[in-house]
Amino acid sequence: MIEFQGVTKLYDGAPAVRNLDLVAPTGKLTVLVGPSGCGKTTSLRMVNRLVTPSSGTITLDGEPTDRMNVAQLRRRIGYVIQHAGLFPHRTVAQNVATTARLAGIDRKTARRKSLDLLEQVGLSASLAERYPWQLSGGQQQRVGVARALASDPKFMLMDEPFSAVDPIVRGQLQDEFLRLQREIGKTIIMVTHDIDEALKLGDQVAVMREGGELAQVATPRELLVRPADGFVADFVGRDRGYRHLGFAPIDNGLKLASEPVVQLGASPAEAAEAAIDGWVLVCDAAHRPLGWTDIARLRGPVREDDLNLSSTLAPMDGSMRELLDAALSSPSGRGVVTNTDGTLRGTIALGDLGGILAPLHRTGAERHS
Amino acid sequence: MNFDWLWRESDMIFDLFVRHLWLSAVPVAIGLALALPLGWLVHRSGVWRGPLLNLVGLLFTIPSLALFVLLPWFLGTQILDPINVVVALTIYVLALLVRTVSDGLGSVPRETLQAANAMGYRPLSRLLTVELPLAIPVIAGGLRVALVSNISIVSVAALVGTRQLGSLFTQGLQLQFLTPIIAGIVLSVALAAALDALVLFLSRKLTPWERRPA
Ligand SMILES: Nc1ncnc2c1ncn2[C@@H]1O[C@H](COP(=O)(O)OP(=O)(O)OP(=O)(O)O)[C@@H](O)[C@H]1O
Ligand SMILES: [Mg+2]
Repeated sequence: MIEFQGVTKLYDGAPAVRNLDLVAPTGKLTVLVGPSGCGKTTSLRMVNRLVTPSSGTITLDGEPTDRMNVAQLRRRIGYVIQHAGLFPHRTVAQNVATTARLAGIDRKTARRKSLDLLEQVGLSASLAERYPWQLSGGQQQRVGVARALASDPKFMLMDEPFSAVDPIVRGQLQDEFLRLQREIGKTIIMVTHDIDEALKLGDQVAVMREGGELAQVATPRELLVRPADGFVADFVGRDRGYRHLGFAPIDNGLKLASEPVVQLGASPAEAAEAAIDGWVLVCDAAHRPLGWTDIARLRGPVREDDLNLSSTLAPMDGSMRELLDAALSSPSGRGVVTNTDGTLRGTIALGDLGGILAPLHRTGAERHS
Repeated sequence: MNFDWLWRESDMIFDLFVRHLWLSAVPVAIGLALALPLGWLVHRSGVWRGPLLNLVGLLFTIPSLALFVLLPWFLGTQILDPINVVVALTIYVLALLVRTVSDGLGSVPRETLQAANAMGYRPLSRLLTVELPLAIPVIAGGLRVALVSNISIVSVAALVGTRQLGSLFTQGLQLQFLTPIIAGIVLSVALAAALDALVLFLSRKLTPWERRPA
């Protein structure tokens, strides 16, 4: 557990962080989110004393940090920053082993550990002997995470760890990190200014506002459904009504229509036979959906070029947000739902979704009042 | 060119060459050993960094002949003692390398230093295992300049009687004889080129992480 008790940081008399009270529970990921300059990084860096608080106390598992030896304090806490901050003069494997070596682990064990960790963060062993400049930004970021983990710290501080990479890589890194955190269960404080990232990763989200004040601490779902004030509501975003569907699982009893399908190579007549309202769903031999085809445009047997690929698929173990998106993005107006193995389960018409979403909306409204 | 003369005097020339090598290399070694802590102090001196570096740089403007003549008086040594030359050249090396070391340490990226701090490096091990290795390319650059300039400056010491390749110039002048002068120039340039290549080679060996064209 990391606890802030009335922590304030003044720079030239101006507060960067004001009277912060916050608990980051053991084994959970707490996200600090807020607009630029609101004091997130300052708060984070006060934990390992890269910044000294002007007043207040920070404790690790109840022990005040200001009484600890500063180097030892820092060795107990993994630290990951935006551009990874890798040592340019050490190979990837040496970089990762650094924290283990500082923790007093012998060279051989540290190296073994570092190779294990590289694998755990999804890096191939062939990268181990490269230097940081020979890696992509996303790979460097993974090395940064592995390095923070190599001393097996109980606590981790992460300052915008995924923001220096493109959105696709960022999504991958987030997913991988979530998976990793489920295994390792570290006590983490992560800083981001990206509310989507906060809602996706956080067990608990702390929203800060300009001037270093805490606006609200809550679970992601609660934040969407019950923002404490106008600032939080605004920050969480105008599409929060839609986004909170991301936390509602698809009901197992969901009624789906069975959808007649054809395979690639089907004749226009076969396609027309199966089509409903002019659109037919094309699947592969294993019954996995490939895309929709507009039969009015068919000039011969169904080819790959005839597929409309705009629609997303909602896996049955996904969220209501994915279900709604599948329906909204489908040219036929029928959302495609798959089983967990990717095979077609059925479809649901956009018009039928209203009735399914309504109860969700009611629970949201009740919580609000 | 009188090759007979070269042949006859080859022992003497070789002796001068070895002396030249020592007289220029030893001050660089001593200077580097002193410049590392001094350069670090200057690097850490905050607002004093600029003025201190200017002050140290001024040392380089003292004429070498003046130093060779004055040092015996300060050090209480004989005028012919090669120690005078070694001390004088060490002063020049310091003037160059204090700045170089300070620049080298300053060239270490901020985020690298912050990452080291955040991991719990103590100051001394951070200096020795992170900052100094990363400063090697800059320091090696300064070292090359210092070596080459020493090889050139040391020949002036022939005027105060310290024997090295510069003695070939005074000899040639006295005898109105070109051969020793040409031999002296060729050997000085060869020595400079060889030492320069050696430092470059060592610095590359020590910094395998540096990106360089394949
Ligand atoms: N070393 C410093 N000296 C003076 N002021 C500082 C210093 N560090 C931060 N500040 C100020 O403190 C405030 C909070 O800065 P901080 O870096 O914590 O913001 P942040 O929330 O991390 O912002 P961002 O999302 O842009 O990274 C800012 O107004 C900043 O200008
Ligand atoms: Mg920040």
